Amino acid sequence: MTSLSVNHLVGIKELSKEDIALIFQTADNFKSVINRPIKKVPSLRDITIANLFFENSTRTRLSFELAEKRLSADIVNFSAASSSVKKGETLIDTVNNILAMKVDMVVMRHPNPGAAKFLSEHVDSKIVNAGDGAHEHPTQALLDSYSIREKLGAVEGKKVVIVGDITHSRVALSNIFCLQKQGAEVMVCGPATLIPKYIHELGVKVEHDLRKALEWCDVANMLRIQLERMDVNYFPSLREYTMLYGLDKKFLNSLSKKIVVMHPGPINRGIEITSDVADSDQSIILDQVENGVAVRMAVIYLLAQKIKREA
Amino acid sequence: MGEKIVFNHKELDLSVNRLCWQLIENHSDFSDTVLIGLQPRGFRLAQKIHLKLKELTSISDISLGSLDITFFRDDFRRREEPIAPNQTDINFLVEGKNVIFIDDVLYTGRSIRAGMDAINSFGRPKQIELLVLIDRRFSRELPIEPKYVGKTVDAIDTEKVVVEWNQGLDHKGRVSLIRE
Repeated sequence: MTSLSVNHLVGIKELSKEDIALIFQTADNFKSVINRPIKKVPSLRDITIANLFFENSTRTRLSFELAEKRLSADIVNFSAASSSVKKGETLIDTVNNILAMKVDMVVMRHPNPGAAKFLSEHVDSKIVNAGDGAHEHPTQALLDSYSIREKLGAVEGKKVVIVGDITHSRVALSNIFCLQKQGAEVMVCGPATLIPKYIHELGVKVEHDLRKALEWCDVANMLRIQLERMDVNYFPSLREYTMLYGLDKKFLNSLSKKIVVMHPGPINRGIEITSDVADSDQSIILDQVENGVAVRMAVIYLLAQKIKREA
Repeated sequence: MGEKIVFNHKELDLSVNRLCWQLIENHSDFSDTVLIGLQPRGFRLAQKIHLKLKELTSISDISLGSLDITFFRDDFRRREEPIAPNQTDINFLVEGKNVIFIDDVLYTGRSIRAGMDAINSFGRPKQIELLVLIDRRFSRELPIEPKYVGKTVDAIDTEKVVVEWNQGLDHKGRVSLIRE
């Protein structure tokens, strides 16, 4: 297979196992490209990409921007804070105005779940979802799986626990789909208030005891507590959360096996994981960041193949 | 569908041998020379040449790399079926080196142009030479000519040059021209 089955990357849910494998194979090539003295290829020199960020982001936006630049695409950036969205313009109008300037692909982050899908149905452009509310964050899940594959050789058959705020996390949902499609077992772990009631229907295990979860898994993905999305108090105090669900070096060393520790960033050091865990040899957090650029290059390259040429 | 043999296995061996001697003539000890096989089929030929050169010169450390040109092609989004990239494996810098590009068939010259772009990611070579097993003359779309040629063939667009290598005793290597 040399081409994706989808025309947009709205979510992992729409991807097939073969699509994920193709993205990873292509990302392998791009990883070698970004480690050369000259880290750039000319493939997308006639493609223009708009990065629309209706929600704050540092890492994802930089990662997408680097990926696009290393593919030689022209890019325009847009952030909601400085735009006409504040003046009452609708999403479709905003995007259509940008597309009228001959943009071929849109990378969008939006606070509303389903925004990327909605856009893919209404505008004539390739859409890459860079996070839509608490729904999906497909490129993050892809780079997480890619990093597991790189560290452990394969994703299939591995046991992965996602720890923390599952309810408010688009990373968790995309990771569950992505890992399951590749044949990994997934568990979620956190306080009952931060785990959706019906999540077991997705075929994931639920555990509230962090030690049991970590003894079970090969990989632990420690999520950030998203205080900015919490409308009420989901746990009594951050200190209590850290005591029950925080991972420190002593805890990590006391486990019966060496597990791999991941974090999608940004890290609240001392809350979900301590500094010595984040910087330990079991952590692949910085590999995730490097792989993020390669995986995003692969996604953009494969979608750009599907953009029709005019004459 | 017609088939014409360009090289039988004996002629193929002889030709690879001759190309190696020509390289030795021009590059003597290969200390400033690197071999780059263009993926996928050129690398196969480059491996053969690399092995043969080591045998003929007794120099063990001749540099060999493989270069994939997929991301440097000029027909991205212009093909019906996209091309799957191959591995690039160059674990040395080509800065200031004599680079020998090796490919099996030279046709339009566009792959070689992409290769010249791609190799710059690994430094600025002193010079680039081109070695091909088969040169399909009269088909060139760019001003690119090889320095070392196994054999020149005249073929029309509907004909295809197929290079096969020895695969055990039953399948001997050969080069044929197939009319579709």
